[in-house]
Amino acid sequence: METEEVIENIAKKFISDTVAFDLVKSRRGIITIRHTALTAIAEYLYRSEGYRFIIASALHTRRGFEIYSHFSMDTSGLILSLHVILDKEKPRIESLSNMFSASNWIEREMHELFGIDFLNHPNQEKLISDGNWAEGVYPYRKEFK
Amino acid sequence: MSRKTLIPIGPYHPLQEEPELFKLFCDGEIVRDIKWETGYNHRSIEKLSESKTYDQVFFLVERICGICSTSHPFAFANAVEEIAGIEITDRAKYIRSIIGELERLHSHLLWVGLAGHFLGYNTVFMWAWKYREPVLDLFEMITGNRNSYAMFKVGGVRRDIENSKIPVIRKVLSDARKKIDLLAGAVMDDPVIHARTKGVGVLTRQDIIDYAAVGPTARASGVPIDIRKDDPYAAYPLVNWKVITAEGGDVFAKAEVRLLEMYESVSIIEQCLDGLEKVREGDITVKVNEIPEGIGAGRAEAPRGEVFHFVVSDGSNSPARHKIRAPSYVNIATFKKSCIGQTIADATISLAAVDPCYCCTERMAAAYDVSSGKRLLNANDLIALSLKRTEEIRKSGAGHE
Repeated sequence: METEEVIENIAKKFISDTVAFDLVKSRRGIITIRHTALTAIAEYLYRSEGYRFIIASALHTRRGFEIYSHFSMDTSGLILSLHVILDKEKPRIESLSNMFSASNWIEREMHELFGIDFLNHPNQEKLISDGNWAEGVYPYRKEFK
Repeated sequence: MSRKTLIPIGPYHPLQEEPELFKLFCDGEIVRDIKWETGYNHRSIEKLSESKTYDQVFFLVERICGICSTSHPFAFANAVEEIAGIEITDRAKYIRSIIGELERLHSHLLWVGLAGHFLGYNTVFMWAWKYREPVLDLFEMITGNRNSYAMFKVGGVRRDIENSKIPVIRKVLSDARKKIDLLAGAVMDDPVIHARTKGVGVLTRQDIIDYAAVGPTARASGVPIDIRKDDPYAAYPLVNWKVITAEGGDVFAKAEVRLLEMYESVSIIEQCLDGLEKVREGDITVKVNEIPEGIGAGRAEAPRGEVFHFVVSDGSNSPARHKIRAPSYVNIATFKKSCIGQTIADATISLAAVDPCYCCTERMAAAYDVSSGKRLLNANDLIALSLKRTEEIRKSGAGHE
Protein backbone atom coordinates (compact mmCIF):
# COMPACT_ATOMS: atom_id res chain seq x y z
CA MET A 1 0.00 0.00 0.00
CA GLU A 2 1.27 3.48 -0.85
CA THR A 3 2.16 5.79 2.02
CA GLU A 4 -0.50 8.27 0.97
CA GLU A 5 -3.15 5.59 1.09
CA VAL A 6 -2.05 4.40 4.56
CA ILE A 7 -2.28 7.89 6.00
CA GLU A 8 -5.62 8.60 4.35
CA ASN A 9 -7.07 5.35 5.70
CA ILE A 10 -6.06 6.17 9.25
CA ALA A 11 -7.33 9.73 8.95
CA LYS A 12 -10.65 8.39 7.59
CA LYS A 13 -10.96 5.79 10.32
CA PHE A 14 -10.61 8.46 12.99
CA ILE A 15 -12.25 11.24 11.00
CA SER A 16 -13.89 12.97 13.96
CA ASP A 17 -10.52 13.27 15.75
CA THR A 18 -8.38 14.22 12.79
CA VAL A 19 -7.58 17.89 12.38
CA ALA A 20 -5.22 17.66 9.41
CA PHE A 21 -3.00 15.18 7.65
CA ASP A 22 0.09 15.77 5.65
CA LEU A 23 2.45 13.71 3.55
CA VAL A 24 5.87 15.21 4.10
CA LYS A 25 7.65 12.93 1.66
CA SER A 26 7.18 9.35 0.58
CA ARG A 27 7.66 7.25 3.73
CA ARG A 28 6.97 10.23 6.07
CA GLY A 29 3.56 11.35 7.27
CA ILE A 30 2.10 13.59 9.95
CA ILE A 31 -1.46 13.39 11.24
CA THR A 32 -2.63 16.23 13.50
CA ILE A 33 -5.25 14.92 15.91
CA ARG A 34 -7.25 16.06 18.93
CA HIS A 35 -5.21 15.32 22.04
CA THR A 36 -8.03 13.34 23.61
CA ALA A 37 -7.79 10.77 20.82
CA LEU A 38 -4.06 10.02 21.07
CA THR A 39 -4.47 6.83 23.13
CA ALA A 40 -7.12 5.37 20.84
CA ILE A 41 -5.16 6.04 17.64
CA ALA A 42 -1.86 4.91 19.18
CA GLU A 43 -3.54 1.71 20.34
CA TYR A 44 -4.84 1.07 16.83
CA LEU A 45 -1.38 1.63 15.33
CA TYR A 46 0.46 -0.46 17.93
CA ARG A 47 -1.94 -3.35 18.43
CA SER A 48 -3.77 -3.74 15.13
CA GLU A 49 -1.26 -2.47 12.58
CA GLY A 50 2.02 -3.50 14.24
CA TYR A 51 3.70 -0.09 14.35
CA ARG A 52 6.74 0.41 16.58
CA PHE A 53 6.91 3.47 18.84
CA ILE A 54 10.16 5.33 18.12
CA ILE A 55 10.02 8.32 20.44
CA ALA A 56 8.00 11.47 21.13
CA SER A 57 9.29 15.01 20.53
CA ALA A 58 7.86 17.90 22.51
CA LEU A 59 8.00 21.48 21.26
CA HIS A 60 7.23 24.78 22.93
CA THR A 61 5.79 27.13 20.31
CA ARG A 62 3.46 30.10 20.07
CA ARG A 63 0.50 27.73 19.78
CA GLY A 64 1.34 26.11 23.12
CA PHE A 65 2.97 22.76 23.72
CA GLU A 66 3.09 20.32 20.86
CA ILE A 67 3.98 16.65 20.91
CA TYR A 68 4.89 14.54 17.92
CA SER A 69 4.65 10.83 18.73
CA HIS A 70 6.67 9.03 16.10
CA PHE A 71 5.71 5.53 15.01
CA SER A 72 7.63 3.37 12.58
CA MET A 73 6.29 0.73 10.22
CA ASP A 74 9.38 -1.40 9.77
CA THR A 75 8.17 -3.33 6.74
CA SER A 76 7.69 -0.21 4.60
CA GLY A 77 10.04 2.32 6.24
CA LEU A 78 7.15 4.71 6.98
CA ILE A 79 7.48 7.12 9.90
CA LEU A 80 4.04 8.24 10.99
CA SER A 81 3.96 11.10 13.50
CA LEU A 82 0.83 11.77 15.53
CA HIS A 83 0.80 15.49 16.26
CA VAL A 84 -1.16 16.95 19.17
CA ILE A 85 -1.35 20.54 20.43
CA LEU A 86 -1.79 21.02 24.17
CA ASP A 87 -2.90 23.86 26.35
CA LYS A 88 -0.51 26.82 26.87
CA GLU A 89 -1.04 27.13 30.60
CA LYS A 90 -1.67 23.60 31.82
CA PRO A 91 -0.37 21.10 29.26
CA ARG A 92 -1.65 17.63 30.05
CA ILE A 93 -2.32 14.47 28.10
CA GLU A 94 -3.09 10.82 28.73
CA SER A 95 0.03 8.66 29.08
CA LEU A 96 0.83 5.90 26.59
CA SER A 97 3.01 3.99 29.05
CA ASN A 98 0.23 1.67 30.16
CA MET A 99 0.10 0.35 26.62
CA PHE A 100 3.84 -0.06 25.93
CA SER A 101 6.87 0.46 28.18
CA ALA A 102 8.78 2.22 25.41
CA SER A 103 7.16 5.58 26.18
CA ASN A 104 7.81 5.42 29.93
CA TRP A 105 11.15 7.25 29.98
CA ILE A 106 10.41 9.82 27.30
CA GLU A 107 7.21 10.89 29.06
CA ARG A 108 9.15 11.33 32.29
CA GLU A 109 11.73 13.36 30.36
CA MET A 110 9.10 15.58 28.74
CA HIS A 111 7.46 16.10 32.13
CA GLU A 112 10.81 17.15 33.54
CA LEU A 113 12.02 19.39 30.72
CA PHE A 114 8.76 20.92 29.46
CA GLY A 115 6.44 20.52 32.45
CA ILE A 116 3.86 18.50 30.51
CA ASP A 117 1.68 16.32 32.74
CA PHE A 118 1.06 12.72 31.72
CA LEU A 119 -2.16 11.48 33.27
CA ASN A 120 -2.15 7.92 34.68
CA HIS A 121 1.60 7.51 34.11
CA PRO A 122 2.80 4.54 36.20
CA ASN A 123 5.73 6.46 37.70
CA GLN A 124 6.13 10.10 36.72
CA GLU A 125 9.39 10.70 38.60
CA LYS A 126 12.24 12.78 37.27
CA LEU A 127 14.44 10.81 34.90
CA ILE A 128 17.64 12.78 34.47
CA SER A 129 17.94 15.44 37.14
CA ASP A 130 16.63 13.72 40.23
CA GLY A 131 17.55 15.84 43.26
CA ASN A 132 19.62 18.34 41.25
CA TRP A 133 16.95 20.61 39.90
CA ALA A 134 14.46 23.09 41.34
CA GLU A 135 10.77 22.21 41.20
CA GLY A 136 8.72 24.10 38.66
CA VAL A 137 11.70 25.21 36.52
CA TYR A 138 11.47 23.74 33.02
CA PRO A 139 14.67 24.23 31.03
CA TYR A 140 13.32 23.46 27.55
CA ARG A 141 10.57 26.06 27.68
CA LYS A 142 11.18 29.11 25.51
CA GLU A 143 11.07 31.54 28.45
CA PHE A 144 14.01 29.72 30.09
CA LYS A 145 17.21 31.67 29.58
CA MET B 1 8.53 -9.98 52.86
CA SER B 2 12.22 -10.69 53.15
CA ARG B 3 14.74 -7.90 53.48
CA LYS B 4 16.59 -6.91 50.32
CA THR B 5 20.23 -5.91 50.08
CA LEU B 6 21.09 -2.91 47.95
CA ILE B 7 24.14 -3.37 45.73
CA PRO B 8 25.08 -0.14 43.93
CA ILE B 9 27.10 -0.30 40.72
CA GLY B 10 28.51 3.16 40.07
CA PRO B 11 28.17 6.07 39.60
CA TYR B 12 31.96 6.27 39.45
CA HIS B 13 33.78 3.00 39.37
CA PRO B 14 37.18 2.14 37.88
CA LEU B 15 35.64 -0.70 35.85
CA GLN B 16 33.03 1.47 34.17
CA GLU B 17 33.91 3.50 31.16
CA GLU B 18 31.12 6.00 31.83
CA PRO B 19 29.34 7.29 34.93
CA GLU B 20 26.05 5.55 35.61
CA LEU B 21 24.35 4.21 38.73
CA PHE B 22 22.53 0.91 38.85
CA LYS B 23 20.91 0.02 42.15
CA LEU B 24 20.45 -3.73 42.38
CA PHE B 25 18.00 -4.84 45.07
CA CYS B 26 19.11 -8.35 45.90
CA ASP B 27 17.79 -11.27 47.86
CA GLY B 28 20.96 -13.27 48.52
CA GLU B 29 22.56 -13.69 45.10
CA ILE B 30 19.40 -13.07 43.13
CA VAL B 31 18.50 -9.64 41.73
CA ARG B 32 14.87 -8.88 42.63
CA ASP B 33 14.57 -5.31 41.40
CA ILE B 34 16.72 -2.80 39.64
CA LYS B 35 16.71 0.98 39.46
CA TRP B 36 18.72 3.15 37.13
CA GLU B 37 19.84 6.66 37.95
CA THR B 38 21.23 8.90 35.32
CA GLY B 39 22.09 12.53 34.70
CA TYR B 40 25.87 12.38 35.22
CA ASN B 41 26.62 13.00 31.59
CA HIS B 42 24.16 15.66 30.53
CA ARG B 43 25.32 18.39 28.18
CA SER B 44 22.11 19.97 26.91
CA ILE B 45 22.81 19.05 23.32
CA GLU B 46 19.22 19.41 22.11
CA LYS B 47 19.03 22.93 23.49
CA LEU B 48 22.54 23.85 22.31
CA SER B 49 21.63 22.71 18.83
CA GLU B 50 18.98 25.43 18.62
CA SER B 51 21.74 28.04 18.96
CA LYS B 52 24.07 26.60 16.28
CA THR B 53 23.93 26.86 12.50
CA TYR B 54 23.22 23.72 10.48
CA ASP B 55 26.90 23.37 9.65
CA GLN B 56 27.93 23.64 13.28
CA VAL B 57 25.33 21.14 14.50
CA PHE B 58 27.26 18.35 12.75
CA PHE B 59 30.24 18.91 15.02
CA LEU B 60 27.95 19.10 18.03
CA VAL B 61 26.06 15.86 17.39
CA GLU B 62 29.29 14.11 16.50
CA ARG B 63 30.31 14.67 20.10
CA ILE B 64 27.22 13.01 21.56
CA CYS B 65 29.09 9.73 21.49
CA GLY B 66 32.72 8.87 20.99
CA ILE B 67 32.20 5.33 19.77
CA CYS B 68 29.39 5.79 17.26
CA SER B 69 30.39 9.32 16.35
CA THR B 70 29.23 9.01 12.75
CA SER B 71 25.74 7.66 13.32
CA HIS B 72 24.44 10.94 14.77
CA PRO B 73 25.70 13.17 11.92
CA PHE B 74 24.39 10.49 9.55
CA ALA B 75 20.84 10.71 10.92
CA PHE B 76 21.01 14.51 11.17
CA ALA B 77 22.15 14.79 7.53
CA ASN B 78 19.27 12.52 6.50
CA ALA B 79 16.79 14.72 8.38
CA VAL B 80 18.07 18.05 7.01
CA GLU B 81 18.38 16.72 3.47
CA GLU B 82 14.81 15.54 3.73
CA ILE B 83 13.65 19.06 4.63
CA ALA B 84 15.65 20.65 1.81
CA GLY B 85 14.90 17.88 -0.70
CA ILE B 86 18.55 17.27 -1.49
CA GLU B 87 19.77 14.19 -3.34
CA ILE B 88 23.51 13.66 -2.77
CA THR B 89 25.95 12.30 -5.35
CA ASP B 90 26.69 8.58 -5.64
CA ARG B 91 30.26 9.10 -4.53
CA ALA B 92 29.11 10.84 -1.35
CA LYS B 93 26.66 7.99 -0.72
CA TYR B 94 29.43 5.39 -0.99
CA ILE B 95 31.76 7.37 1.26
CA ARG B 96 29.04 7.83 3.88
CA SER B 97 28.31 4.10 3.93
CA ILE B 98 32.01 3.21 4.12
CA ILE B 99 32.46 5.43 7.17
CA GLY B 100 29.28 4.04 8.74
CA GLU B 101 30.33 0.44 8.26
CA LEU B 102 33.93 0.94 9.39
CA GLU B 103 32.42 2.40 12.52
CA ARG B 104 30.20 -0.64 13.01
CA LEU B 105 33.27 -2.84 12.62
CA HIS B 106 35.26 -1.06 15.31
CA SER B 107 32.26 -0.68 17.61
CA HIS B 108 31.36 -4.37 17.47
CA LEU B 109 34.98 -5.33 18.09
CA LEU B 110 34.97 -3.00 21.07
CA TRP B 111 31.81 -4.66 22.40
CA VAL B 112 33.17 -8.18 22.00
CA GLY B 113 36.22 -7.08 23.99
CA LEU B 114 34.15 -5.45 26.71
CA ALA B 115 31.83 -8.46 26.94
CA GLY B 116 34.87 -10.67 27.50
CA HIS B 117 36.07 -8.23 30.12
CA PHE B 118 32.72 -8.33 31.96
CA LEU B 119 32.85 -12.11 31.97
CA GLY B 120 36.34 -11.98 33.46
CA TYR B 121 37.74 -13.37 30.22
CA ASN B 122 40.42 -10.81 29.52
CA THR B 123 42.08 -12.73 26.69
CA VAL B 124 39.07 -11.94 24.52
CA PHE B 125 39.28 -8.31 25.63
CA MET B 126 42.95 -7.96 24.63
CA TRP B 127 42.42 -9.85 21.42
CA ALA B 128 39.39 -7.92 20.18
CA TRP B 129 40.92 -4.54 20.96
CA LYS B 130 44.11 -5.49 19.18
CA TYR B 131 42.10 -6.28 16.04
CA ARG B 132 40.20 -3.01 16.40
CA GLU B 133 43.38 -0.98 16.17
CA PRO B 134 43.96 -1.37 12.37
CA VAL B 135 40.38 -0.14 11.79
CA LEU B 136 41.11 3.02 13.78
CA ASP B 137 44.35 3.48 11.85
CA LEU B 138 42.32 3.22 8.67
CA PHE B 139 40.05 5.98 9.96
CA GLU B 140 43.05 8.14 10.63
CA MET B 141 44.25 7.62 7.09
CA ILE B 142 40.87 8.34 5.49
CA THR B 143 39.54 11.14 7.67
CA GLY B 144 42.51 12.43 9.65
CA ASN B 145 40.96 11.37 12.95
CA ARG B 146 40.77 8.13 14.87
CA ASN B 147 37.44 9.27 16.24
CA SER B 148 34.95 12.10 15.55
CA TYR B 149 35.68 12.01 11.84
CA ALA B 150 34.05 15.29 10.77
CA MET B 151 33.17 13.79 7.40
CA PHE B 152 29.53 14.80 7.04
CA LYS B 153 27.86 17.97 5.89
CA VAL B 154 24.54 18.94 4.35
CA GLY B 155 24.72 17.91 0.69
CA GLY B 156 27.60 15.45 0.87
CA VAL B 157 30.86 14.76 2.64
CA ARG B 158 33.81 16.98 3.51
CA ARG B 159 36.63 14.79 2.28
CA ASP B 160 37.00 12.43 -0.62
CA ILE B 161 38.47 8.95 -0.38
CA GLU B 162 40.96 9.12 -3.25
CA ASN B 163 41.06 6.08 -5.51
CA SER B 164 44.78 5.71 -4.75
CA LYS B 165 43.86 4.80 -1.14
CA ILE B 166 41.47 2.01 -2.11
CA PRO B 167 44.09 -0.81 -2.34
CA VAL B 168 45.31 0.03 1.19
CA ILE B 169 41.76 -0.15 2.54
CA ARG B 170 41.18 -3.47 0.76
CA LYS B 171 44.32 -4.93 2.34
CA VAL B 172 43.17 -3.93 5.85
CA LEU B 173 39.73 -5.41 5.19
CA SER B 174 41.04 -8.74 3.97
CA ASP B 175 43.27 -8.93 7.06
CA ALA B 176 40.30 -8.00 9.25
CA ARG B 177 38.21 -10.81 7.80
CA LYS B 178 40.83 -13.41 8.79
CA LYS B 179 40.99 -11.95 12.29
CA ILE B 180 37.21 -11.98 12.67
CA ASP B 181 37.30 -15.66 11.64
CA LEU B 182 39.71 -16.37 14.48
CA LEU B 183 37.77 -14.29 16.99
CA ALA B 184 34.34 -15.62 16.00
CA GLY B 185 35.63 -19.20 16.09
CA ALA B 186 37.15 -18.70 19.51
CA VAL B 187 34.06 -17.03 21.00
CA MET B 188 31.43 -19.31 19.46
CA ASP B 189 33.21 -22.54 20.39
CA ASP B 190 34.38 -21.66 23.85
CA PRO B 191 32.65 -23.80 26.51
CA VAL B 192 33.25 -21.15 29.21
CA ILE B 193 31.55 -18.44 27.14
CA HIS B 194 28.70 -20.82 26.36
CA ALA B 195 28.23 -21.53 30.05
CA ARG B 196 28.27 -17.86 30.99
CA THR B 197 26.06 -16.46 28.22
CA LYS B 198 23.56 -19.09 27.05
CA GLY B 199 20.15 -18.61 28.62
CA VAL B 200 21.38 -15.48 30.41
CA GLY B 201 19.59 -12.12 30.14
CA VAL B 202 16.89 -13.47 27.84
CA LEU B 203 14.64 -10.96 26.07
CA THR B 204 11.61 -12.48 24.36
CA ARG B 205 10.08 -11.18 21.14
CA GLN B 206 7.23 -9.65 23.17
CA ASP B 207 9.72 -7.80 25.42
CA ILE B 208 11.35 -6.31 22.34
CA ILE B 209 7.99 -5.12 20.99
CA ASP B 210 6.91 -3.75 24.38
CA TYR B 211 10.12 -1.79 24.96
CA ALA B 212 10.53 -0.98 21.24
CA ALA B 213 14.16 -2.12 21.45
CA VAL B 214 16.24 -1.78 18.29
CA GLY B 215 19.46 -2.93 16.64
CA PRO B 216 21.34 -6.10 17.57
CA THR B 217 19.31 -6.30 20.80
CA ALA B 218 16.11 -6.75 18.76
CA ARG B 219 17.70 -8.86 16.03
CA ALA B 220 19.06 -11.33 18.60
CA SER B 221 15.46 -12.00 19.65
CA GLY B 222 14.42 -12.74 16.09
CA VAL B 223 12.94 -9.33 15.26
CA PRO B 224 14.46 -8.47 11.87
CA ILE B 225 14.51 -4.67 12.05
CA ASP B 226 17.38 -2.82 10.45
CA ILE B 227 16.96 0.76 9.22
CA ARG B 228 19.52 0.19 6.48
CA LYS B 229 17.06 -2.27 4.91
CA ASP B 230 13.69 -0.93 6.11
CA ASP B 231 14.18 2.76 5.35
CA PRO B 232 17.14 2.68 2.96
CA TYR B 233 19.56 5.61 2.85
CA ALA B 234 23.07 6.36 1.52
CA ALA B 235 24.55 3.49 -0.51
CA TYR B 236 22.82 0.62 1.32
CA PRO B 237 20.22 0.01 -1.41
CA LEU B 238 23.04 -0.09 -3.99
CA VAL B 239 24.91 -3.05 -2.46
CA ASN B 240 24.06 -6.64 -1.57
CA TRP B 241 23.92 -7.64 2.06
CA LYS B 242 21.61 -9.37 4.48
CA VAL B 243 20.12 -8.62 7.89
CA ILE B 244 21.56 -10.92 10.56
CA THR B 245 19.13 -12.31 13.12
CA ALA B 246 19.35 -14.96 15.79
CA GLU B 247 16.87 -16.76 17.99
CA GLY B 248 17.16 -17.08 21.72
CA GLY B 249 17.43 -13.46 22.81
CA ASP B 250 20.16 -14.28 25.34
CA VAL B 251 23.62 -12.74 25.64
CA PHE B 252 25.08 -15.42 23.39
CA ALA B 253 22.60 -14.59 20.61
CA LYS B 254 23.54 -10.90 20.85
CA ALA B 255 27.22 -11.79 20.54
CA GLU B 256 26.44 -14.03 17.57
CA VAL B 257 24.53 -11.25 15.78
CA ARG B 258 27.36 -8.76 16.29
CA LEU B 259 30.08 -11.17 15.20
CA LEU B 260 28.23 -12.14 12.01
CA GLU B 261 27.36 -8.50 11.28
CA MET B 262 31.07 -7.73 11.09
CA TYR B 263 31.33 -9.97 8.00
CA GLU B 264 28.42 -8.11 6.40
CA SER B 265 30.11 -4.78 7.18
CA VAL B 266 33.35 -5.90 5.51
CA SER B 267 31.38 -7.05 2.48
CA ILE B 268 29.42 -3.76 2.27
CA ILE B 269 32.63 -1.72 2.43
CA GLU B 270 34.23 -3.82 -0.31
CA GLN B 271 31.22 -3.32 -2.58
CA CYS B 272 31.22 0.42 -1.83
CA LEU B 273 34.92 0.55 -2.81
CA ASP B 274 33.98 -1.12 -6.13
CA GLY B 275 31.35 1.59 -6.51
CA LEU B 276 33.84 4.36 -5.76
CA GLU B 277 36.10 3.14 -8.57
CA LYS B 278 33.25 3.54 -11.05
CA VAL B 279 32.33 7.17 -10.27
CA ARG B 280 34.29 10.34 -10.85
CA GLU B 281 36.81 11.35 -8.17
CA GLY B 282 36.08 14.55 -6.24
CA ASP B 283 32.34 14.57 -6.96
CA ILE B 284 31.37 14.57 -3.30
CA THR B 285 29.07 17.48 -2.69
CA VAL B 286 26.05 19.30 -4.11
CA LYS B 287 25.37 23.01 -3.66
CA VAL B 288 22.95 23.86 -0.86
CA ASN B 289 21.51 27.35 -0.79
CA GLU B 290 19.17 27.37 2.16
CA ILE B 291 17.21 25.09 4.44
CA PRO B 292 13.52 25.94 3.92
CA GLU B 293 10.81 25.82 6.55
CA GLY B 294 9.73 22.27 7.25
CA ILE B 295 9.91 19.14 9.32
CA GLY B 296 12.35 16.30 8.76
CA ALA B 297 12.84 12.92 10.38
CA GLY B 298 16.17 11.23 9.73
CA ARG B 299 17.29 7.81 10.82
CA ALA B 300 20.43 5.78 10.58
CA GLU B 301 21.37 2.33 11.81
CA ALA B 302 24.11 2.87 14.38
CA PRO B 303 26.09 -0.13 15.69
CA ARG B 304 23.64 -0.22 18.61
CA GLY B 305 20.45 0.29 16.61
CA GLU B 306 18.29 3.00 15.14
CA VAL B 307 19.36 6.62 15.72
CA PHE B 308 16.46 9.02 15.21
CA HIS B 309 16.81 12.77 14.62
CA PHE B 310 13.75 14.97 14.34
CA VAL B 311 14.43 18.47 13.04
CA VAL B 312 11.96 21.35 12.83
CA SER B 313 13.16 24.19 10.62
CA ASP B 314 11.62 27.65 10.67
CA GLY B 315 13.57 28.79 7.61
CA SER B 316 16.39 30.38 9.62
CA ASN B 317 19.94 29.02 9.62
CA SER B 318 19.59 26.99 12.80
CA PRO B 319 17.07 24.32 13.84
CA ALA B 320 13.97 25.52 15.73
CA ARG B 321 13.81 22.17 17.52
CA HIS B 322 16.10 19.18 17.32
CA LYS B 323 15.08 15.95 19.04
CA ILE B 324 17.58 13.13 19.28
CA ARG B 325 16.78 9.55 20.19
CA ALA B 326 19.81 7.30 20.58
CA PRO B 327 19.34 3.52 20.45
CA SER B 328 20.54 3.03 24.03
CA TYR B 329 17.58 5.08 25.24
CA VAL B 330 15.19 2.25 24.42
CA ASN B 331 17.68 -0.60 24.79
CA ILE B 332 18.84 0.19 28.33
CA ALA B 333 15.22 0.18 29.54
CA THR B 334 15.01 -3.56 28.80
CA PHE B 335 17.18 -4.32 31.86
CA LYS B 336 13.96 -4.64 33.88
CA LYS B 337 13.22 -7.74 31.81
CA SER B 338 16.71 -9.14 31.31
CA CYS B 339 18.24 -8.74 34.80
CA ILE B 340 15.50 -9.42 37.33
CA GLY B 341 15.71 -13.00 38.57
CA GLN B 342 19.36 -13.36 37.51
CA THR B 343 22.33 -13.66 39.85
CA ILE B 344 24.47 -10.56 40.45
CA ALA B 345 27.32 -12.04 38.41
CA ASP B 346 25.04 -12.52 35.41
CA ALA B 347 23.39 -9.11 35.79
CA THR B 348 26.56 -7.26 34.75
CA ILE B 349 26.87 -9.11 31.44
CA SER B 350 23.11 -8.78 30.85
CA LEU B 351 23.43 -5.01 31.32
CA ALA B 352 26.44 -4.94 29.01
CA ALA B 353 24.76 -7.09 26.37
CA VAL B 354 22.72 -4.22 24.92
CA ASP B 355 26.02 -2.32 24.48
CA PRO B 356 24.70 0.60 26.50
CA CYS B 357 25.99 4.06 25.74
CA TYR B 358 25.17 6.54 28.45
CA CYS B 359 26.58 9.65 26.83
CA CYS B 360 24.19 9.00 23.94
CA THR B 361 21.24 8.72 26.26
CA GLU B 362 21.76 11.92 28.23
CA ARG B 363 21.92 15.36 26.79
CA MET B 364 21.44 18.12 29.40
CA ALA B 365 23.29 19.74 32.35
CA ALA B 366 23.23 22.87 34.51
CA ALA B 367 24.16 23.74 38.08
CA TYR B 368 21.23 25.12 40.09
CA ASP B 369 20.48 25.73 43.70
CA VAL B 370 17.79 23.12 44.45
CA SER B 371 15.84 25.29 46.88
CA SER B 372 15.89 28.71 45.22
CA GLY B 373 16.19 27.72 41.57
CA LYS B 374 19.05 30.20 41.19
CA ARG B 375 21.78 29.39 38.70
CA LEU B 376 25.10 28.68 40.36
CA LEU B 377 27.43 28.58 37.36
CA ASN B 378 27.19 29.83 33.82
CA ALA B 379 29.30 29.10 30.76
CA ASN B 380 31.84 31.86 31.51
CA ASP B 381 32.31 30.59 35.07
CA LEU B 382 33.02 27.12 33.71
CA ILE B 383 35.58 28.49 31.24
CA ALA B 384 37.23 30.51 34.02
CA LEU B 385 37.34 27.42 36.27
CA SER B 386 38.84 25.37 33.47
CA LEU B 387 41.51 28.00 32.72
CA LYS B 388 42.38 28.23 36.40
CA ARG B 389 42.76 24.47 36.69
CA THR B 390 44.90 24.26 33.55
CA GLU B 391 47.13 26.98 34.97
CA GLU B 392 47.52 25.03 38.23
CA ILE B 393 48.44 21.85 36.37
CA ARG B 394 51.03 23.76 34.33
CA LYS B 395 52.59 25.26 37.45
CA SER B 396 52.81 21.90 39.22
CA GLY B 397 54.70 20.54 36.20
CA ALA B 398 52.30 17.68 35.57
CA GLY B 399 51.51 16.92 31.98
CA HIS B 400 55.03 17.85 30.82
CA GLU B 401 57.56 15.30 29.77
